[in-house]
Amino acid sequence: MLIQLDFAAVLAQWPLLMRGLAWTAGLTVVAVILGLSLGIACAWARSSGPRALRWIVAGYVELIRNTPFIIQLFFVFFGLPAIGVKLTAEWASIIAMTLNLGAYSTEIVRAGIEATPRGQLEAAASLALTPLQTFTRVVMPPALKRVWPATVSQIVIVMLGSAVCGQIATEELSHAANLIHSRNFRAFEAYIVATLMYLAFAIMLRQLLNWLGPRLLFGR
Amino acid sequence: MVDFPIQDILRHLLLAARWTIVLSLIAFAGGGLVGLALLVARIARPRLGGWLVGGYVQLFQGTPLLMQLFLAYFGLGLFGIKVSAWVAAGLALTLYSSAFLTEIWRGCINAVPRGQWEASASLALSLPEQLRWVIGPQALRIAVPPTAGFMVQLIKGTALASVIGFVELTRTGSMIANATFRPFLVYSLVALMYFALCWPLSAWSRRLERNLNVAR
Repeated sequence: MLIQLDFAAVLAQWPLLMRGLAWTAGLTVVAVILGLSLGIACAWARSSGPRALRWIVAGYVELIRNTPFIIQLFFVFFGLPAIGVKLTAEWASIIAMTLNLGAYSTEIVRAGIEATPRGQLEAAASLALTPLQTFTRVVMPPALKRVWPATVSQIVIVMLGSAVCGQIATEELSHAANLIHSRNFRAFEAYIVATLMYLAFAIMLRQLLNWLGPRLLFGR
Repeated sequence: MVDFPIQDILRHLLLAARWTIVLSLIAFAGGGLVGLALLVARIARPRLGGWLVGGYVQLFQGTPLLMQLFLAYFGLGLFGIKVSAWVAAGLALTLYSSAFLTEIWRGCINAVPRGQWEASASLALSLPEQLRWVIGPQALRIAVPPTAGFMVQLIKGTALASVIGFVELTRTGSMIANATFRPFLVYSLVALMYFALCWPLSAWSRRLERNLNVAR
């Protein structure tokens, strides 16, 4: 039994792979910005919003966290057009990734908010800060700092999960591997190369976020 | 077009949910065994084992499960093994869950106070005896909630096996959606079934965790 691997045939398609990686990175950046904003808003709603809103957010979080991402994606891409919402594959991917990250980060950020010492809130009240000021200036910065490691892990998970978006023909990295496979039948080699690219990107992304977090989000 | 009433859709989806459950159980059992072996390797040989198993965990946690499934599917084919979707999905999900479980359980072992290791060593217990009688039982109690939480992740992970042609809940849902042109209804039902499988486990895991925190 002789196995011949031909990586050259795959690596010759490097422009395709790089384009795929760029798409993966782009989808991730947009989904992270939107998803974290959604998560922070929902965490606020969950911890100090009106009662009805709390229940709605709780339902959203539980629903997303207990269903597979691929179903969420298919629902957005195939299901929503049936009720008149037509989306391109790219937008469907971004929406599904945002909703997914939003739900997980809601729980993560909420844990950070709940760990705020009571004295901080009392101090903010005694300085006559409005609830909004208290939330953005007193509660959020240390809360984000506390939960940043967990958030980074979740962002990496969402990035890796975006491989599924190739299934609705979003042209990201796994889709590029699929395309190469269908062009030259070097399936195994194509997926090995793409997998290693994911691995390298995951490691880089984690490093970058760990470096960026303290500088961008909560000041040192 | 053939008439496809909602009862039929539900019946087919419920039948398909069986295979989601079976695949999850296979991956959990296989992943548990492999994960346990890796854990022991890590404890017995902290240097070499720790390094190798650490790399293994990094590899599986740092790459998409979808890619792992593709690699298992096409990789086994290279060796001339005739792969069914069963074998490929079972293998990929077993390896995937072993990496996560071994890491989770290592955390639980580490959470057992050091004094327990020292005390049991001073009683001249061998490593297997220490693990069996002293460390294991204590770690087990801590391990149940995160393990149940991982089960949820694993059940959701089996949905990706649909991509390599494993006919489970997601795949069946896609086929029915294509046949009936009612994707909104069908994907909603599929999502509800996953929810019905995962949510009780999530809630159970959360409750156990709370009880554990109160007990400590």
